[in-house]
Amino acid sequence: MADSLALTEATYYILLSLVSPRHGYGIMQLTEELSGGRVRLAAGTLYGALNALCAKGWIIQLPAEDDSRRKEYKLTATGLKVLNKEVARLRELADNGEKILRGE
Amino acid sequence: MASRRTIYKWFWVWDFEKEEEWLNEMAMNGWVLESVGFCSYHFIRCEPGEYSVRLEMHPYDESYVSFMEETGAEYVGRMMMWIYFRKKTADGPFDLFSDIDSRISHLDKIGKFLTIVGGANLSIGLFNSFSPSRLGWVNLLCATLLMYALGRIHGKKESLEKERLLHE
Repeated sequence: MADSLALTEATYYILLSLVSPRHGYGIMQLTEELSGGRVRLAAGTLYGALNALCAKGWIIQLPAEDDSRRKEYKLTATGLKVLNKEVARLRELADNGEKILRGE
Repeated sequence: MASRRTIYKWFWVWDFEKEEEWLNEMAMNGWVLESVGFCSYHFIRCEPGEYSVRLEMHPYDESYVSFMEETGAEYVGRMMMWIYFRKKTADGPFDLFSDIDSRISHLDKIGKFLTIVGGANLSIGLFNSFSPSRLGWVNLLCATLLMYALGRIHGKKESLEKERLLHE
């Protein structure tokens, strides 16, 4: 059941950012950039979401490099599937919205 | 002109947003939080509005602190279960929570803490009421206050949940 629920905006942008490996601050920057400054992930929210997504197995933490304390994360195959499903769901929402507002 | 000052002040747990507001007013007036103690706040001089200050209930966790530092925030200190951060306003807006869900889980964390401490006071209070020490009322009073605090936190949570029915 839980897998058919909509993702939050924060979850969606986090998953999208992690199609290639990124650390926390990188996720915040990319999200802000992609949304034209509209979506800003706050650090506490992001930290909680990253832990929850790791527990779900949608993302994994990559082994830390020796010289850096910064942790990098990456999408898993399950995460990618979830993300693709969400994109399809969002497309349906937007398509229906446009169709009805155009009066078709 | 003095460059440091200490202010002694008490905030109830349900007033944590007011506490944060007050710390930011202090920063607007050129005093930024440098460290915290029990009911005491130590400030140093800063440029007016140079910093934003945030606080949250979070058990101390080194990986959380380094995560925050990675995003440009500075760890100020902690008191009881509360942790304090500050960030230069020039480095962009500073918030700990950016959606309703994470605000609700923060309130849940506070609620859980109050339940544990309140429950412990209740048991100790009841136990002591039947013991010769006659000090059980102190714990029972604490338990009452903690349950009241829990109610206040729950009220905040309910209004957020109502909001979440319409948006995230």
